[in-house]
Amino acid sequence: MRLEHWVYTIPLRLRALFHRQRQDSELDEEIRDHLDRQIDFNLASGMSPEEARLVALRKLGNAALLRDQTRATWSWNGLEQFIHDLRIGVRTLSRTPGFMLIAILVMALGIGANVALFTVVRSVLLKPLPYSDPERLALIYEADNSQPHPAPWLPVDAGSFWEWQRSTRSLAQMALVSPFQGYNVSGEGGKLPEVVEAAWCTDNFFSLLGVRPMLGRTFTPDDDKPNAPATAMITSSFWKRRYASDPAILSKTIWLDAKPYTIIGVLPSTFVYSGAFGGGSDQIWTPVRHEAPASLLHTYGDHEFLAVARLAPGVSLATLAARVDALQKQIKLAHPEPAVHPGAIGRTMLDDAVHNYKTPLYALLGATGCVLLIACMNVAGLLVARAASRGKEFAIRASLGGGRMRLIRERLIESLLLSASGGALGLLLAWAALAWLVHARHDMNRVEAIHFDGLAAAFTLAVIFLCTLFSGLISAHSAGRGNILVGLQESSRAHSGGRSRALLRRLLLSAEVGLTVVLLVGAGVLLKSFEQLRSSDLGVPVDNVLTLHLGLPDARYKQDEQKIAFFEQLIARVRALPGVSAAGLVSAAPGEGWNGDDLMSIVEHPPLPKGQGLDFMLRGADPGYFSAVGLPILRGRTFNEDERGKRANVVLISRGAAQQYFPGEDPIGKHLKTIDEGGVWTVIGVVGDVRWNVAKPPNPTLYWPIYGNGYSYGTIVVRASHDVESLAVPVQKVVAQLDPDLPVSNVMTLREAISKSTIDSEFDSILVLAFAIIALVLAAAGLYGVLTYLVAQRLVEFGIRLALGAQRSALLSHLLWDGLKPAMAGLLIGLPASAAVVRLIRSMLYETEPLDPVVFGAVAGLLLFVAIAACLVPAWHASRLDPMRALRTE
Amino acid sequence: MSKPSDLVQGTLDLLVLKILALEPLHGWALSQRLKQVSGDVLQVSDGSLYPALHKLEQQGWIHAEWKATENNRRAKFYFLTRLGRRYLDKEAANWERISAAISGVLRLTEV
Repeated sequence: MRLEHWVYTIPLRLRALFHRQRQDSELDEEIRDHLDRQIDFNLASGMSPEEARLVALRKLGNAALLRDQTRATWSWNGLEQFIHDLRIGVRTLSRTPGFMLIAILVMALGIGANVALFTVVRSVLLKPLPYSDPERLALIYEADNSQPHPAPWLPVDAGSFWEWQRSTRSLAQMALVSPFQGYNVSGEGGKLPEVVEAAWCTDNFFSLLGVRPMLGRTFTPDDDKPNAPATAMITSSFWKRRYASDPAILSKTIWLDAKPYTIIGVLPSTFVYSGAFGGGSDQIWTPVRHEAPASLLHTYGDHEFLAVARLAPGVSLATLAARVDALQKQIKLAHPEPAVHPGAIGRTMLDDAVHNYKTPLYALLGATGCVLLIACMNVAGLLVARAASRGKEFAIRASLGGGRMRLIRERLIESLLLSASGGALGLLLAWAALAWLVHARHDMNRVEAIHFDGLAAAFTLAVIFLCTLFSGLISAHSAGRGNILVGLQESSRAHSGGRSRALLRRLLLSAEVGLTVVLLVGAGVLLKSFEQLRSSDLGVPVDNVLTLHLGLPDARYKQDEQKIAFFEQLIARVRALPGVSAAGLVSAAPGEGWNGDDLMSIVEHPPLPKGQGLDFMLRGADPGYFSAVGLPILRGRTFNEDERGKRANVVLISRGAAQQYFPGEDPIGKHLKTIDEGGVWTVIGVVGDVRWNVAKPPNPTLYWPIYGNGYSYGTIVVRASHDVESLAVPVQKVVAQLDPDLPVSNVMTLREAISKSTIDSEFDSILVLAFAIIALVLAAAGLYGVLTYLVAQRLVEFGIRLALGAQRSALLSHLLWDGLKPAMAGLLIGLPASAAVVRLIRSMLYETEPLDPVVFGAVAGLLLFVAIAACLVPAWHASRLDPMRALRTE
Repeated sequence: MSKPSDLVQGTLDLLVLKILALEPLHGWALSQRLKQVSGDVLQVSDGSLYPALHKLEQQGWIHAEWKATENNRRAKFYFLTRLGRRYLDKEAANWERISAAISGVLRLTEV
């Protein structure tokens, strides 16, 4: 329309909006005037007054309808009707506050859980990494596809990496990074010494990611050389924490492992490197060619690094990975040693960061989706029940000309009110849940990326809209169907009415029960896996054992003798502390991690083919370690005091190693030899198996004296009869007395260490269990509701039956069966569906078969039990009915 | 007598505008005039005039005003606006064109 048109009509529209009442009365007056004139006209043409009035009215038509039709032409009519319906909706809902409250809470739970999970999935799994052009970034790993133990995603050795980098210049830029390093930061200027996680990287690492420093500069090729001056970059959080955001930080000196480094730059607060191998808590970055020993920089057999690549424009990851794979095959031909891997494989950097969280997060999202669906079905079911009890009202309204659309709109608006209030409440829930998650799961990669933003808000609106449609249309469908007469008759003589509506509700219930079964089975399997994991035996008693880790900087403890002297003094003082019942020293305590392995051969056995060997995990231990940690010596003896330094050529092996490598013979007195360097060790004893990770089976392990064999770090293991936590401070004080610059890290009890490595499993299983319980409660409420409704509908019928002599027990079982049918149907759908679903979460399970018969049986039993309990109450009430009272209800 | 077709019914707006172009009228007078001019071809119940009038008013083609009439009564009179005049001219021309074309087709003799 043209401008002139708008100028003219806008005042009209405003008048229509603000002078609604006057417009109404004017319309009335207009119609009255019309009638008066028509009556006058009729009188004039000779009719009697009565006849004149009737004829005029007839000619006019249905005045009420006319008024409605006229009003419909006014502007804002839609809005007005909407507000009107809204008001009616609020009024009808608040007439049954209990129903309203329950429905809103149900919706809030469903919507809240979904919004929270959606936000997490989007932020963690889908949001691009905070680097420039992140979709072109990838990680290249080495891989060993040889059977029977294919191992993809292996870290990279520097030797291979340099060759990759040289030969793929046209395809990609590549950087080397080793995010598993650490430094002792010395105390200076009154600050405490501490152990800080750190990473080594090539000079091009930050420019490759597109990360610019907040202060100073990044590394240059001149920094990344063995003989360059020592330089370091620090993260902004470390800068804030340790240097109080000192703006003059640049060119200050930081003492790492007792050596001075110049700080050349501060990384921006948005920077975080989080990959499948960690790195999210690295706070110091140093140039790799300056830091790593020369041997490590040239070997093909030691895999201490990760390779990050930025693909050149137009090059796909598959192309690059294929090229590197081919290169690595050639490298393997040139270096056939067993430690050199024969292939390579790549994945995008985002995939690398979140790969481990994908299945659990999608599983949780699926669970919350089920809960929301169940919530919607429940609300729909409740609305259907209300529609049924208002059947007569609807029939009367329809017979008086109430439009069908109008009735449907009313149902939709009711469910909109419920969904919107539920959504608002759910948003609060989601916000709280996210705050909790970020707080509780520091360890998760990319947890810092979780934010509630516009898209999450849009998602909330969409969910509210869908819930409204879903529950509103189902109830509208059941309300709008059937002809008016049936409705009126049905409610005037309520014998077996409402059958079709009950059928709809039963179908909904079956679906609800089916989903609940899936959730329960999922939760059951995850819980069982968590239980399995928690109760898996570390190999030593875990109560009242404290571990503390420390490392001696080579710069200050140059000679092996100095290190041995320090360790010996330390452990003697710790043993002397009051409250300590035993203490020992080990390179890595049970559950503390991989900590290195090597290939050995047995001198007494026939020689193995070149390049093959027996894989042992390596542990250094002091003579008192085994009794302190409670590791039983099964045969032989522990080390003697004098088996140290140059004489430290004795080992104890684990039971697994004895069984696997010395089948049917006595290992004691046999000799082990590393396959490349050629030292020889005598086996003097056999000890029990321990796990290096609580979720992994024990590996064959050998223990050699930590006093010797070049150890510069160790974990103190302290056992006490009670309250071992209280010993942490005294032990740290002992360390500080010996060397005030030496920080202590990883101070925790064995129990804490175990729960740290089972937190993923615990988290997933508890959350899914919570969702399953919500679903179960909702389904039970649904069953109860349907049966109560059916009983109320058929009250008169039951009264007649009882009056005619029906058995109460027969009535009870009949009703019970009636209520249980949807539950049975749901169970029949749910069990096979669960069998399919649990296969999808197989990767989350630990020593648990997805099709666990105990879990499936328990779920079926629990569900039937809950269903019977839910149905028993209304069925019991019906069977206790007083026939006379029932017959008088109508 | 056959039922008036939808086509004719749909031109109610046009007729109302045309009648109001001759002189401003109130609702009842308009209904009388409508019957007069169209005979019984247009079977418009008195009432259905009002939704049409209010729609035209909302669109800005006619304008309503309360005015005193004989023996102390008041009635709502409808006037054609400038916009309404323009619309009427356009639609009338359209109608002429279409009806001429249709009559032309209907006059074709069968071979």
